[in-house]
Amino acid sequence: MIYLQLFLSFLQIGLFSFGGGYAAMPLIQGQVVTAHGWLTMSEFTDLITISQMTPGPIAINSATFVGIKIAGVPGALAATIGCILPSCVIVTLIAWLYLKYRNMDTLQSILSSLRPAVVAMIASAGVSILISAFWGSSASVSFTDTRWSLVLIFAVCVLLLRKFKMNPIWVMILAGVMKAGFSLIGG
Amino acid sequence: MKNRKEVLIKLFISTLYLSAFTFGGGYVIVTLMKKKFVDEYHWIEENEMLDLVAIAQSAPGAIAVNGAIVVGYKLAGLIGALTSIIATIIPPFVIISLISVFYAAFRSNVVISELLEGMQAGVGAVIASVVYEMGAGVAQSRSLPSILIMILSFIAACVFQVNVIYIVLVCIGLGIVRTVLHNRKEAGK
Repeated sequence: MIYLQLFLSFLQIGLFSFGGGYAAMPLIQGQVVTAHGWLTMSEFTDLITISQMTPGPIAINSATFVGIKIAGVPGALAATIGCILPSCVIVTLIAWLYLKYRNMDTLQSILSSLRPAVVAMIASAGVSILISAFWGSSASVSFTDTRWSLVLIFAVCVLLLRKFKMNPIWVMILAGVMKAGFSLIGG
Repeated sequence: MKNRKEVLIKLFISTLYLSAFTFGGGYVIVTLMKKKFVDEYHWIEENEMLDLVAIAQSAPGAIAVNGAIVVGYKLAGLIGALTSIIATIIPPFVIISLISVFYAAFRSNVVISELLEGMQAGVGAVIASVVYEMGAGVAQSRSLPSILIMILSFIAACVFQVNVIYIVLVCIGLGIVRTVLHNRKEAGK
């Protein structure tokens, strides 16, 4: 039964993709392209492109995309539920333990060692997003390949956020509009 | 905290709204959640938010989904987790369903691709701003171990591309060692 197959495949993806985002990609490919042949390799590449261009985690996007293609909206639902089920159980369990035992000395000490690392990991994700924005997919990071319009947009956004305390979502939308505007002017 | 129903409605609407704009991966939604729930609603403290992010980070699955679950659970228990997960799933589900129908047209549209490129720079700015605030918080704690952990983790993640799972595990180990050492010191007194 196709719904059950979709559910089980994405359950595995949800259960074994640690570290988020791109870490899930090879797993998805293994299930969707190699094991079941639900997508061809070029369809899979398209899926990754779509995922980069739209909101939402790659795993959820894939579940929806593959599910719809193979078995319509019910298929998409089966795949998506399979994909998030492991998260729901495991995260809720850890959150429950955290809220119950967070006053323990050991846990406090673990958390105080983890907090600065979390800041660092968020910073690192920010750096890779900026590298991909400023230099696109070009292999090397060099002065001449820099897309200065995006650097300028970045600077304006930082100013709007820090100085004028503008709502981040509006800042992001404005950044998109500015880029589209630049390219219209630039021809 | 205000009555449960109001919290759930606000949680649903804000998670839905955040999820619709999480271009660029899980850390974006996490930074936006921090802005919303810590800075705007004051439902969660900053340190607690970092703990919740660490939980989202160390469990399997997408960070955005895990983040929604921990925040929802913390605010309103299982119902809260369910509320925020449904709200997080709806936008990508609807958008991908539509796109899978119109993919060819969507992909070749120049304005859309320019718009999305620009938004990347905007997302980078949002993350930079939040990291600046949180990093300043760590620096002001004047705790040498914390500052060292922050710098070393950044180098590991950004320069050496170490899988975040290992960074989380090392920090957990460090935390345990620090408690043990601390307890020995206390016992020795």
